Amino acid sequence: MSTGFRQTDERSLSDILIRHETEIASAWISEQASLISHRPDLLTETELRQQSRALLSEITSAARMDPSLNLANSAWKATRDLLSEISRSRALAGFSPAETASFVFSLRGALMDRLQTVYEEDARSLAAAMRSCSTFVDQLGLVTTSTVLKTREELIKKQQEEMLELSTPVVRLFDGVLCLPLIGTLDSARTQVVMESLLQKIVETGSTIAIIDITGVPTVDTLVAQHLLKTVSAARLMGAECIVSGIRPQIAQTIVHLGVELHNVATKATLADALALAMQKRGLTIQRVNKQA
Amino acid sequence: MERIPILKQGDLLLVSVQVDMHDQLALNLQDDLTQRIVRDNARGVLIDISALDMVDSFIGRVLDNIATMSRILDAETVVVGIQPAVAITLVELGITLPNIRTALNIESGIALLRRLLPTPDGDADDQS
Repeated sequence: MSTGFRQTDERSLSDILIRHETEIASAWISEQASLISHRPDLLTETELRQQSRALLSEITSAARMDPSLNLANSAWKATRDLLSEISRSRALAGFSPAETASFVFSLRGALMDRLQTVYEEDARSLAAAMRSCSTFVDQLGLVTTSTVLKTREELIKKQQEEMLELSTPVVRLFDGVLCLPLIGTLDSARTQVVMESLLQKIVETGSTIAIIDITGVPTVDTLVAQHLLKTVSAARLMGAECIVSGIRPQIAQTIVHLGVELHNVATKATLADALALAMQKRGLTIQRVNKQA
Repeated sequence: MERIPILKQGDLLLVSVQVDMHDQLALNLQDDLTQRIVRDNARGVLIDISALDMVDSFIGRVLDNIATMSRILDAETVVVGIQPAVAITLVELGITLPNIRTALNIESGIALLRRLLPTPDGDADDQS
């Protein structure tokens, strides 16, 4: 049994990979072309060939160094890197995770066909080789899938950051009056962005009054209130006064029940009231122009 | 000893901090200012810290103290030109300088002082 095993080892998977690289490559490429996941709109035939050949040649050169075909070994670092790079570019190009994974899994078919022709009559060795082939391709598949996931996560994180920037506009309502319409929950990261953009805008426009409108803030807990007060304090240090507007009845109740002190902050129920107060503080009045009917 | 110059303009004292405020310098400023308020019979103090890009808790407290002291001496203090980064740092440190009046720049600071102080002929009318 043990001698038989060693015998198969000599014609092992790594050996076959190295000796039949070209045949396997062309079989793999035609296998991929026949797949449903083949997307000529996202990846041209030439690029597909190039990627497959490059990956396969990395695999064979690694197989020469490490015939055990264990992807965790250092000999396979270049292969892992190349595979990650290919998976990454595919994920970014718009391939679905399944499509990206089947790129690697289609190698299994090409390899098994090859094994079958090599081992023709030797069923026992064929089974052993099939098994190692399966393990090997699975390892490649795992690398691909985790890279695809990681790429997606990075994308989501980047989009979250962009959304954060987008969701905190500071608008100039009137000469010397800024408005900060807050929408969504205020956490510490967001407060930081809000504070920075508000203070920056105060300097840029030389405004003395900032209206913070919290109509779009769903709930106010102690943490949100604290962040709000922080923003107000920072604006005051810059020499601008803050008015908090858009406080809904439920929020007023919560604020009182939580015991949050909003004594030194002017609060108004609506943005319109806040603007009126701001105008009054700036010494401005709005007058209706009498139109003759 | 290193000192920050204090300029007199009418009944106002103007201070522009152009160097890094270390602790002793801040304490000297506190000494000098209180003396000058009394000597010059000043009614308002304007401190410009727009050149400072770092204010620690000690300097913050000294500024707060200066404001309180000058109020006792019947002078209003306005600190102007706090940079956004400085404001954020102070708030994160929990220093909100409740006794200090602030303004964006020297111009609005002087306007604020003029509003706060009684006019020379004695009545405290609002000029805005």
